[in-house]
Amino acid sequence: MVTRDDYKISEKPTWCPGCGNYGILSALTRAFVEHGIAPHEVIVVTGIGCGSKLPQYMRVNGMHTLHGRPAPIAQGAKLANHQMRVVLVHGDGDGYGEGLGHFAHETRRNPGVTELVQNNKIYGLTKGQFSPTSEKGKRTSTSPSGSAENAVQPLALAITQGATFVARGYPGELNHLVWLIGEALEYPGYALVDILQPCVTFNKERAYDYYNGRVYKLEDEAGYDPANRTAAWERAQEWGDRIPIGIFYRAEPGLTYEAQEPALKAGPLVAQPLAPLAQEQIATLLADLT
Amino acid sequence: MIERDVTIRIGGEAGMGLESSGAGFAKALTRGGLYIFGVPDFYSRIRGGHNFFTLRAASQPLYSITDPVHLLVALDMETVRRHGDEVVAGGAVIYDAKETLPDELKRSDVLFVPVPLTELAKEIGGRDIMRNTLALGVVAGLLDFDVSYVESIVRDNFGKKGQAVVDGNLRLIAAGVEAAQPYRADYPFRLHAVAGAPQRLVLNGTQAFAMGALAGGCRFVSGYPMTPGSGVLVWFAQHGAKYGAVAKHVEDEIAGINMAIGAAVMGARALVPTSGGGYALMVEATGFAAMSETPLVIYNAQRPGPATGLPTRTAQADLLFMLHAAQDEFPRFVLAPGTLEEAFHVGWEAFNLAERYQVPVMVLSDQFLADTFRTIEPDALDFDAVTIDRGALLSREALDALTEPYQRYKVTESGVSPRALPGHPKAIWVTESNEHDEAPRINEEAENRNAQMEKRMRKRDGMVQEVPPPTWYGPEGAEVTFVCWGSTYGPLREAVDCLNAEQSGRANLLHFNGIEPFPPVAEAALRKAKKLVAVEGNFTGQLERIIRVETGIVMDGAIHRYDGRPFRPEYILANLPPAVSGKEA
Repeated sequence: MVTRDDYKISEKPTWCPGCGNYGILSALTRAFVEHGIAPHEVIVVTGIGCGSKLPQYMRVNGMHTLHGRPAPIAQGAKLANHQMRVVLVHGDGDGYGEGLGHFAHETRRNPGVTELVQNNKIYGLTKGQFSPTSEKGKRTSTSPSGSAENAVQPLALAITQGATFVARGYPGELNHLVWLIGEALEYPGYALVDILQPCVTFNKERAYDYYNGRVYKLEDEAGYDPANRTAAWERAQEWGDRIPIGIFYRAEPGLTYEAQEPALKAGPLVAQPLAPLAQEQIATLLADLT
Repeated sequence: MIERDVTIRIGGEAGMGLESSGAGFAKALTRGGLYIFGVPDFYSRIRGGHNFFTLRAASQPLYSITDPVHLLVALDMETVRRHGDEVVAGGAVIYDAKETLPDELKRSDVLFVPVPLTELAKEIGGRDIMRNTLALGVVAGLLDFDVSYVESIVRDNFGKKGQAVVDGNLRLIAAGVEAAQPYRADYPFRLHAVAGAPQRLVLNGTQAFAMGALAGGCRFVSGYPMTPGSGVLVWFAQHGAKYGAVAKHVEDEIAGINMAIGAAVMGARALVPTSGGGYALMVEATGFAAMSETPLVIYNAQRPGPATGLPTRTAQADLLFMLHAAQDEFPRFVLAPGTLEEAFHVGWEAFNLAERYQVPVMVLSDQFLADTFRTIEPDALDFDAVTIDRGALLSREALDALTEPYQRYKVTESGVSPRALPGHPKAIWVTESNEHDEAPRINEEAENRNAQMEKRMRKRDGMVQEVPPPTWYGPEGAEVTFVCWGSTYGPLREAVDCLNAEQSGRANLLHFNGIEPFPPVAEAALRKAKKLVAVEGNFTGQLERIIRVETGIVMDGAIHRYDGRPFRPEYILANLPPAVSGKEA
């Protein structure tokens, strides 16, 4: 049986006291344990940023990679070993800024990857510049007169691009976040959980005080049907006095990126024996050249 | 003197099907026991402009095309305008009889062969484009090449499209041969098939490298199309699945290399094919592969730049770029195969080197090597020599037996740390992009930094022993030694032959396939030379600079080419520096 001890490590996080990342780390660990996933059965692929140090703070396989690039790395890992669970974790600057292109393509590709975004709407590790999900007009060190751009809409974008499991969580609702991550882990296709991550140091305007009392659960919303794509797309853009969390959209996933790959029919790529070509294979190759 | 040495040049607009006709005829000539060297010269456009395909054939192995054209096939008048002067006295020009040959293009020493190509193609085959097939019939007819070999190619190429298509093409060839009949007596050149020749291979550098990579266990290819590197991605997309290899065309080059790194960490032998501009986008990830000590093979088929440059043309100008790509310092291999045989060999060996040292291995090809077709002996692609050596990769059994906590970046004497693939309960670890300790945890302490940096750099001690040494061609102790790398080998080899044919012992050449780490035996080899001349497809002399830095040896002269066209022996001979030619500069 998998226990929380299996994920325990002596390394102490370098996050500020009160950082939303503690909740996310705890929720991810609990979800792994609740779903019986052992540390060697999963690889947590992260980018670069405060939150991306997460695999250093739990005993788990990880890849701590490059800013903006963890999505293709995660997809490559999944293609190479589709028996392994691949969990992609990164921040908003990483996935919606530097890596927005990869995000837009990943969401139309359905890789068997669970993606958790630590969305704090600010750059933390570089000490407080506006991020792609900062609301327009945000004043920071690089936007002294207010940011000029509209905020990226990751959930609406994912739905538009064809993602079939699109959710939002909040560490202030920890049990709900554990449940969401679990649902995402069990989903047989690409699953996105965008997480409202309070940054208590560099984005005090979007810390717990702001979210508490504003967030509401879609699961408690009478008549909300997560199978309704249009309703999900509209709800994904709701922001202000009421901020929805929960599963916005959930549909049949279709075949994953890996399942559509002919070379993987025989099983995971890395499980295939690696030997020099057989004589008949060589003959086939050479026949094309004569 | 090379026997039966005939050059055919087929020219026309893009979209006229020159490349497939040229490749088809190259195969027919090879089946007929001849050796070919076929070079496409194409503009970066899908329609219009002027493209040509040069096919040189002879009864001995060829390493280059040469200047004289014996038979010009002009699918439009622009071809005669551009190449009419290149036809040797006694040569011939085949052109479409529907066109009028302007007086200024006429030559009394050349045989003009008007054939109603379009009219006959429409009448017999039903489509304009089939005039290529007809023209090949005329070529075979004029050169008295046994047409059955051309017919056999038609059967193979069009068989899938049904008997009617095959028959139509065969009738076109017959019509071509017949059209050539009245001119044959006035045309002195012949390409008679050589009976009893073994079944040789005809292929280009793209195919040679891709097959080598597949044979070497490459099972993951991801990239973004960029001429002339796309060929390898396309090859794997078409052939890979049969052999259990995944090939993914993804959103951009950055995704391509990062996906490959993700796959490589998990244990797949991974390859990223691209061209220089695409590689420019991959630079940061190269550093990640180096820092995380992930084995990775990067293939750059060079073209002239910077930026978009000359997309369909050739260059050898990315050497210093590849050598220095990504910030800070780390060990890497840079290999530059010169021939199809070497491209095949490097194709598999690159993966062994990558895994043995857990470093990026960069293979520098170029458009000339990638796209040029050449006939080679049936056993020239040495599949028997292929080995798969995964280096310090820990087996499942070895991991089961672990008693100590697994340390991915353990400091070792060789600098290579035993590598576990993610998935084993006793080896749980994080691939790190930050500086890290052995465990690995992120670690910024100076002492640790030095230990890890020195560990990584120590790999060079082993790598330097394994980098391919430069190879000699030509007589020992020659008056001049030409120095080259990559695909320049072929044309330079023929130039060396020409010089030695004039006067024996005049020239030899030293070819660098392994460039980084700089092969330790190279200095002694270079010091043997009486005079050194570097021949490179770039402006500044990049290998020349590396040699000077590594050995202090200064060249006596250099020949550069940067117009996007491949070297030819005549170009080299015409540009001999004063130190060799004895002429004033």
